[in-house]
Amino acid sequence: MSVMRGILTFGTYLPHHRLDTSEIRNLIGSGGGRGRRTVASYDEDSTTMAVEAARRALSAADTTNTHAEPATVGDLAGPMAISRLMFATTSPAYADKTNATAIVAALSLPPTLLAFDLAGSARNGLAALVMALDSTADSLVVSSDVRSGRPGSADESGGGDGAGAFLIGDGVDIEPDRSPGDAATDEAPIAVSLGTASVSEEFMDRYRLPTQTHTSSWEERFSEGIYGRLAKACLEQVCARTRLVPTDFDHVVVTSPHPRAARCATRLGFADGSLHAPPEGIGNLGGTQPLVALADVLERCEPDARILVMNLADGADAVALQRTAEPLRDTGPSVQTQTGSGAPVSYGRYLAWRGELTPEPPRRPEPARVSAPAAARGADWKFGLVGSVDTDTGIVHLPPARVGIAGGTLDHMAPHRLASDTGTVVTFTIDRLAYSPSPPIVFAVVDFDRGGRLPVELTDVSPTDIAIGDRVQMTFRRLVTAQGVHNYFWKARPVQPTTPPASASDR
Amino acid sequence: MGSHGIADRVAIVGMGCTKFGELWDSSLDDLIIDATSEAFTSAGIDKDAVDAYWLGTAQSGMSGITLAGPLKLEGKPVTRVENFCATGSEALRNASYAVASGAYDIAMAVGVEKVKDSGYSGLNAFPIPHDGTNRTLTAAAMFSLVAPAYAKRYGVEKAELREVLALIASKNHFNGARNPRAQFRKEVSPETVCSSAAVAGQLGVFDCAGVADGAAAAIVVRSEDAHRFCENPLYIKALSFIAGSGSGLIDPGYDYTTFPEVVASAQDAYAQAGITDPRAQIAMAEVHDCFTPTELVLMEDLGFAERGTAWKEVKAGTFALDGELPVNPDGGLKSFGHPVGASGLRMFYEAWLQLRGEAPPDRQIATDKNIALTHNLGGYPGEMVSFVGLVSTQLGGA
Repeated sequence: MSVMRGILTFGTYLPHHRLDTSEIRNLIGSGGGRGRRTVASYDEDSTTMAVEAARRALSAADTTNTHAEPATVGDLAGPMAISRLMFATTSPAYADKTNATAIVAALSLPPTLLAFDLAGSARNGLAALVMALDSTADSLVVSSDVRSGRPGSADESGGGDGAGAFLIGDGVDIEPDRSPGDAATDEAPIAVSLGTASVSEEFMDRYRLPTQTHTSSWEERFSEGIYGRLAKACLEQVCARTRLVPTDFDHVVVTSPHPRAARCATRLGFADGSLHAPPEGIGNLGGTQPLVALADVLERCEPDARILVMNLADGADAVALQRTAEPLRDTGPSVQTQTGSGAPVSYGRYLAWRGELTPEPPRRPEPARVSAPAAARGADWKFGLVGSVDTDTGIVHLPPARVGIAGGTLDHMAPHRLASDTGTVVTFTIDRLAYSPSPPIVFAVVDFDRGGRLPVELTDVSPTDIAIGDRVQMTFRRLVTAQGVHNYFWKARPVQPTTPPASASDR
Repeated sequence: MGSHGIADRVAIVGMGCTKFGELWDSSLDDLIIDATSEAFTSAGIDKDAVDAYWLGTAQSGMSGITLAGPLKLEGKPVTRVENFCATGSEALRNASYAVASGAYDIAMAVGVEKVKDSGYSGLNAFPIPHDGTNRTLTAAAMFSLVAPAYAKRYGVEKAELREVLALIASKNHFNGARNPRAQFRKEVSPETVCSSAAVAGQLGVFDCAGVADGAAAAIVVRSEDAHRFCENPLYIKALSFIAGSGSGLIDPGYDYTTFPEVVASAQDAYAQAGITDPRAQIAMAEVHDCFTPTELVLMEDLGFAERGTAWKEVKAGTFALDGELPVNPDGGLKSFGHPVGASGLRMFYEAWLQLRGEAPPDRQIATDKNIALTHNLGGYPGEMVSFVGLVSTQLGGA
């Protein structure tokens, strides 16, 4: 009964910072418009945001994920083994090198899975979801994008940064042959797949040479017409496969990196009131847009609602789903909550973060590149934030140690995963001299609730807005890049408010 | 098992110290030659008379050749040592132990650093290949954690503590203004300190030690031989060194109001020398005032003030040049400057001048007591190395 295949959990991540795009005109003299977009911080990239979204998705999933520490979270009764991690992005942190492996390491997933990138095109996010839904593998689909543009361009003001992650699998009750604990879950999906459809076509819409950082596009009206035709063909295909008609869908979202293409949805015959714009106030997330839009619909729709998500990028891809009665799990703040939160970043700082302008750095040496062997040896700590706990004394050691600070026996240490812990700021300082891609450094000594102390950099916090006693959580970031090597590690940030998903009546 | 020290077995019979500062015209070799030449002259010997050499430099050179090269030493053992900012003290400690062991008759300790050639602000660590997870804060930021912790623990108002820290900097500048070898020879008012540009936390530029080039050197012999070289040698009473485990960084019990490594090295040194009441018995102290809160806490860690009272003692002038226990009469790191490898030996150089009555008259302290303390640390709160040395013009009990 493959019809029960679907979404088990999902999580989204929108970065903390928001650019008021009306600032752009003040500097550039034109463009910008009036609106807001999300902005990945200087220490974020598509990989780090993907990690944050995936952590949220998995926070409620009882996967056999933490080889460091058996999973104790979540309300899914049976463990599942993720066998595929697909990472889609238009803005990969590395080329040639796989970025999905860093996500695997940061999530402390066991290495026995296929982790790979779908990098380059804005089609990849929903394409990965289509692939996962159409396969039989337990899959984690993660899409993450940092969307930039030339200063003053529509891409810059209309883009946005963010990530979405979907855990795709089957319910165990519909596959009785499986032995207990062997992949899959015995909980039903929160939404089941009704069917997928795709059409592909070669034409010049949006394009960027691999050596370029900014995207160009052909005259918008040229591709707008093509997308209208492709959307119609795709819809016919998905309706044929699901034996549904357009008016059967209760909630429809059509997304596209093309600013006008999605308008064609109004002419496709959907029921009145069923068509939703993607979440507003965050910008167009590129290939991640359809995933975040789907998350938003799932968080707000009624049980049994039929959902259609279509993305128009060098073709058209559609996923038809039906929400089940299964309650949503707590996987962090909803899209709506994130859309309404955040802190402003000035346009000047935004340009500096994107490398569009280079402010004078502190008169301090730039960091040396990370040693690959050292990083590989310490990957559990560096990527997974796994310290050690002395099994004799119970003292947590960060980073992990072989010898305890208070006696105990050599190598009587067990792994201690810290990534999900919250802690309290014991003391802090602002370093105005140290090298940072975005000075000053806000730094705190943090004591964690389950034990352990870590002197650690803070992020997503104003230097004037930090106090002893503040509550923090950990977040995966890119500290610096030196000689072509990204240095990923963890920082602390103020605990993010979470509100449960709104009920269907709010819709 | 025990730390026994070498009290009264080794004496310093000659010393030298360059001017510290932004010495654009002096090379590392120049600094080494200038400091050692003064020390040779001081002891009345030449380079060939010295049997073994120890060179302390944190990152201006590697191996003993850094010293043997410029001095053109032939057939001499030269050991390069490094122990963060306590490197100079470590050179003297090793040279002294070598003489005490009987392995050599005459040894020399040299400390040198050429910091200002880097072009960067502050001090910078030598880049060792790493996994990228270590802190990259400046020393100023790490030590800035001390001030709010101290204020909170002892109920000192933020503004009051700010004034106390400024008094420490101002005192050291007052002393340094009377020191021809100091980097900054200018008195600085507490108001100027308070209004200086922010560096880290509550600390401004004037809360930070000067970053300087410089060198210093000492020649040590067995005590019984000392008067063959000089009339009034300085006898080594204690040399204590502790390398912390770094546990303070990960131990939630650590509160940033004390440096346990300093307490341990002070207790060890006092035991080696038979000191029971340091505040009463010590004539002067040179301490590692890398940042103003550091000196504040050191007054308590070294036993000069009861816990939670050093800020009051600072206000009362206890540690001023004419106070009960002068601290950093040469201006300290703050005003003399901090060439990493040289600073520990520079501290002994001030003891050499003061206890023997050779300091300039406008900063000569009273010599009714004959013991001086030097304290030299490296690293950060929670992860530190600490050295405490004691020297005296007299043999026998304190």
